[in-house]
Amino acid sequence: MATRRADVGTDLAETDEVERSTVSTGARHEGVWRYRGSYWGKMALGISVTLIIAYVLIDVEPRHNGGSWLGYTLGTAGGGLILWLTMLGVRKRAMTPGRWSLKGWTSAHVYLGLSLVVIGTLHTGFQLGWNVHTLAWVLMMIVIVTGIFGITVYGILPRQLSSNRDETTEAQMLETVTDIDRQLFDTAQPLDADGAAVIQEAIDETPFDGGIGQRLSGKYRGGGTARGLADFRARSSHGDRSLDELYDRLEALLARKQAALSRIRRHLRIKALLQIWLYIHVPMTFALLAALSAHIVSVFFYW
Amino acid sequence: MADAYRIAIVGSGPAGLSAAARAAQLGVSHILIEKTDHLSDTIYKYQKGKHVMATPSQLVLRSDMDFEAGKREVVLGTWDEQTAGHDVNVRLNSEVKAVEGDAGNFRITFADGETVSAENIILAIGTQGNPNLVRCPVDDGAVVQYTLDDPGEYVDEHITIIGGGDAGIENALGLAADPEQNNSVTLVNRGPEFATAKGANVKALLAAGDAGRISILTETTASHIGTGEITFDTRDGETKIRCDRVIARMGSAPPRAFVEACGAEFSGPDRNAFPVLSPTFESSKKGVYVIGALAGYPLIKHCMNQGHDVVEFINGNTTLKPADEPILEAKFKNLPGRKSVDEWLEFLRSSVTILEPMTPLQMREFMLDSEVRAYRRGETLFDRADPGSSLFAIASGSVLVQVDADDPSKTVGIECGSIVGEVGLVSGRRRGSTVVAAEDSICVEIPRMAALKLQSQVPPARDAITRIATERQLLQMFGSGLTKEDIAEIVDSAEIMTIKAGEAIIEEGDTGIDLYVIRSGSMVVEKMVGRKPVFLSYLPAGSYVGEMAVLDDTPRTATVRAAIKSEVIKVDGHAFRALLEKNPELLARARSDVEARENVNNFVEAKKDSFSGVVDMYSSISSFLVENGIGEATDVLLIDENLCVGCDNCEKACADSHEGLSRLNREAGRTYAHLHVPTSCRHCEHPHCMADCPPNAIHRGDDGEVFIDDTCIGCGNCQRNCPYGVIRMEKVPPPKPSLLSWLFFGSGPGPGEPEHDWIEERVAEDTPKQAIKCDMCAGIKGGPACVRACPTGAAIRVAPEEFLSVARLETEQG
Ligand SMILES: Cc1cc2nc3c(=O)[nH]c(=O)nc-3n(C[C@H](O)[C@H](O)[C@H](O)COP(=O)(O)OP(=O)(O)OC[C@H]3O[C@@H](n4cnc5c(N)ncnc54)[C@H](O)[C@@H]3O)c2cc1C
Ligand code: HEM
Repeated sequence: MATRRADVGTDLAETDEVERSTVSTGARHEGVWRYRGSYWGKMALGISVTLIIAYVLIDVEPRHNGGSWLGYTLGTAGGGLILWLTMLGVRKRAMTPGRWSLKGWTSAHVYLGLSLVVIGTLHTGFQLGWNVHTLAWVLMMIVIVTGIFGITVYGILPRQLSSNRDETTEAQMLETVTDIDRQLFDTAQPLDADGAAVIQEAIDETPFDGGIGQRLSGKYRGGGTARGLADFRARSSHGDRSLDELYDRLEALLARKQAALSRIRRHLRIKALLQIWLYIHVPMTFALLAALSAHIVSVFFYW
Repeated sequence: MADAYRIAIVGSGPAGLSAAARAAQLGVSHILIEKTDHLSDTIYKYQKGKHVMATPSQLVLRSDMDFEAGKREVVLGTWDEQTAGHDVNVRLNSEVKAVEGDAGNFRITFADGETVSAENIILAIGTQGNPNLVRCPVDDGAVVQYTLDDPGEYVDEHITIIGGGDAGIENALGLAADPEQNNSVTLVNRGPEFATAKGANVKALLAAGDAGRISILTETTASHIGTGEITFDTRDGETKIRCDRVIARMGSAPPRAFVEACGAEFSGPDRNAFPVLSPTFESSKKGVYVIGALAGYPLIKHCMNQGHDVVEFINGNTTLKPADEPILEAKFKNLPGRKSVDEWLEFLRSSVTILEPMTPLQMREFMLDSEVRAYRRGETLFDRADPGSSLFAIASGSVLVQVDADDPSKTVGIECGSIVGEVGLVSGRRRGSTVVAAEDSICVEIPRMAALKLQSQVPPARDAITRIATERQLLQMFGSGLTKEDIAEIVDSAEIMTIKAGEAIIEEGDTGIDLYVIRSGSMVVEKMVGRKPVFLSYLPAGSYVGEMAVLDDTPRTATVRAAIKSEVIKVDGHAFRALLEKNPELLARARSDVEARENVNNFVEAKKDSFSGVVDMYSSISSFLVENGIGEATDVLLIDENLCVGCDNCEKACADSHEGLSRLNREAGRTYAHLHVPTSCRHCEHPHCMADCPPNAIHRGDDGEVFIDDTCIGCGNCQRNCPYGVIRMEKVPPPKPSLLSWLFFGSGPGPGEPEHDWIEERVAEDTPKQAIKCDMCAGIKGGPACVRACPTGAAIRVAPEEFLSVARLETEQG
């Protein structure tokens, strides 16, 4: 017997009430960066600052290095943290029940991962050289730098992806291209061999043409469609009315194909940018784990 | 004199076939009449290879024909064989056009004018009805058909499809799908728009139209169909196109008119009313019996049992107990007092006011759908905020409604014979109070579907429920201290109105003073600021509006319109004012409520200059969401595309939490200002999918989720009825190798829904498809997987009244 008042009014009258009840239940909406008021960000910042101060204040003889008690502490924490950061890949895929959220994990991953710059570097005591220990540090930094690239694209690109998509799905975009190809093919039937070849070249151009560089930069110059379009724009029908109409239709179709191609390519490009860094981030993580193992084993071996 | 039979059975579906087999077995002279050239047309028309289900499993089959779950082909094959084996007298290709005469001497006239006579008639013609026929002249030799089994069969043809409903559009898309077939497809629609078809279908059709694959003619009717051509009347005059084949999909006429012409009366004017029947399935016309889907029993097993039973009854067997007797016995087993099934049915009927007008057969059917339970004193019927759309009827004892959430001792009693829980039934929203038994009691829990059926079959029951619901809703709204008597006048003057989506009940500037209570559906409140309507708030069912004018006698300050089709109680403003004058306490409360609302108005007025951009944005986003059906949602998945990186982890998580099949399509769906409404269930207040589920397998669960249980027979009705396209028909794949073995050894398809082919290779070909939809991850600790698995927090689930509150404006500003 839910009789509710339509009580927007009361909500507004008591604004603090709104904060807690109306908005916090259900409608609350914070992204990964602002998760829990950037709790993990503050935590990571706190840890980093504390460690730097400790590093400066604590006097270790003869100098800071991985073997001092502070170095050990930092090393253990850093190693543990790396293992935990790696677990994000498992968390993401293991849909176990429970009150966890991947958003929370990612938030912690990003901020604590950044604090590794401090933890890991202080652990080295700035003793870098050409050895397996430094290799581990370099790999760690590569992983972190790619991670920073990742959060940058995560922060910028989703909006572009959404606007470019404009309610169409990837499958629909591909279908549009196929559709236009079919119409091009049908419409081109009356053309002579020469014209048909131009159209065929345009039809042969697919959204997936081009190398990785082109696909990531989005710079496509002079594909079959663009050439075809230029060709038909320049063509003259010499006063033949029906030929004129045919050219017009083909030109319109080629222009549509050009637009459809650039939309799906933009789509694929943005998606690729959102993912490509993970292809460095993750393999480097495994390289890091390997280097880390070597580092730990060798330390105990030579000690 | 035409042939004469003891029993004529019209319709050879499972019901009619079973009846005919029984008659043959008993040696009673009979004839089984079928319109088409094969038996059992409804099942014949299932898609090839469909797995036919035999639910409910606890019901025993009582028929001379065999039936068990299996492929359509096997079921039909068995029946064909056994029909011949039993020497059933079948007459195919004979559509019955009229039944005249009286018991003992009926005359049946076929479409071709021939007649036969019979002493008794059994109508078993199902609910499919007849397709509406083309009305324009058709030349001999022109091809006109009313179904399309396999669009792949037609090549190089000019085909015209008449009718812009889902069936017509789907046929057109099917015929034009493969360019290799080289069909020229034209779709003709009488109106300017495709109002009855699903949005997704219309979109696909228009896209195919733009792409030149289908030519679409609107505001057009066929005026003449010749061989090789068809003539249309269009808005701009007559046109003629080439046409080798016409496929007419103009809906079908329900068989009701025919049944009524046979003399059988229906329970009421509603579309979902059924014929009035005696316990022996005899209609109000003596000698005419009605069984099967037409009688309101859509499951094949029920149909077959009734076919058997009705012939026994006609043959004079008076002691036969219905096959569902054991099910009812089990229902009554745990009740105190030893009564037979018939006694219990009679007891319930005579004790509960709204059940009184029912016939014994209706009571039986009603109790098959409902539950009856004994409650000890103090035991809970349901708790406040429980989801639940069932109605409770008190057959003995009485109950107490705890009207105050904080103080369980504040209660209102409801006496024996009455009902409780009706608001959930009407509005589909959560329970508003806890109800406990005041003494040892027996109550019937009536699920929503059964309650709706009851209301359409028994009009007095509907009126009683409506009055009680109105009275209680008003009492609750005005607060404690008032009695039934105080508001009697208001209840008498109250009027229930159905409001179409978009229609306004209150217009800004009007001078009316009536008060409106929203019974079902939802409304939006808008105010003109400058020349634009600004969305002020969203009113879910259970709210009321319009009281300001009563108090202040000022014109309306905002417009209130229906977000979706809604029902409101209109309360006479003068009667309400009289009530206020008699109750100073109520008046004071109403005053403070009004002040609060005025604050909102002032707030918007004040802010309109300072951040009108934000108000605008809020207003247009809200309108967008309401347009997309959020107004009838209880819980909806939204994606903030400012954050969505397109990783599809939501879909993968969904699949991995549910037998490997995803119930959401992230990419599809509408987007506005980067707010995306993906194709995923909104758990509507009154779910469209529930409307026509033969095994009644769709329910609302404990957390408000609408889910499908495993009695699903895979008929696809829910998929067709869902306006949001969120139900899939799929084969459930086998379990995948574990995540670890995928991670380390690469075995299995990995996280997320496997490829279609991976599934096909691993499930048997005749695995039945099942309807698959979001269940809000009910029963999974932690809640919806899609939200938990989103790495950036783009996916959120919201209840509309929380999301569409102007209060968000303030916080987002701050
Ligand atoms: C897609 C789909 C899947 C389904 N799956 C299942 C399932 O798996 N399990 C299940 O239990 N139920 C299922 N059902 C429901 C079930 O098929 C029907 O409810 C059942 O067939 C009804 O049987 P009936 O005998 O009452 O009528 P019908 O089977 O509809 O038979 C009526 C017959 O009467 C004939 N007829 C009509 N008018 C006339 C006339 N004037 N003169 C002569 N003959 C006439 C028709 O041609 C038809 O053959 C499904 C329904 C659909 C639509
Ligand atoms: C040494 C430190 C780090 C390790 C070992 C590590 C490891 C990983 C791993 C294994 C994944 C899972 C990838 C997948 O399965 O798809 C991941 C994801 C990710 N990492 Fe890191 N990472 C580290 C540091 C960082 C840092 C510093 C940042 C950010 C500044 C970062 C940002 C991310 C992001 C944004 C994701 C993707 C989340 C998603 O889309 O699911 N990582 N990382």
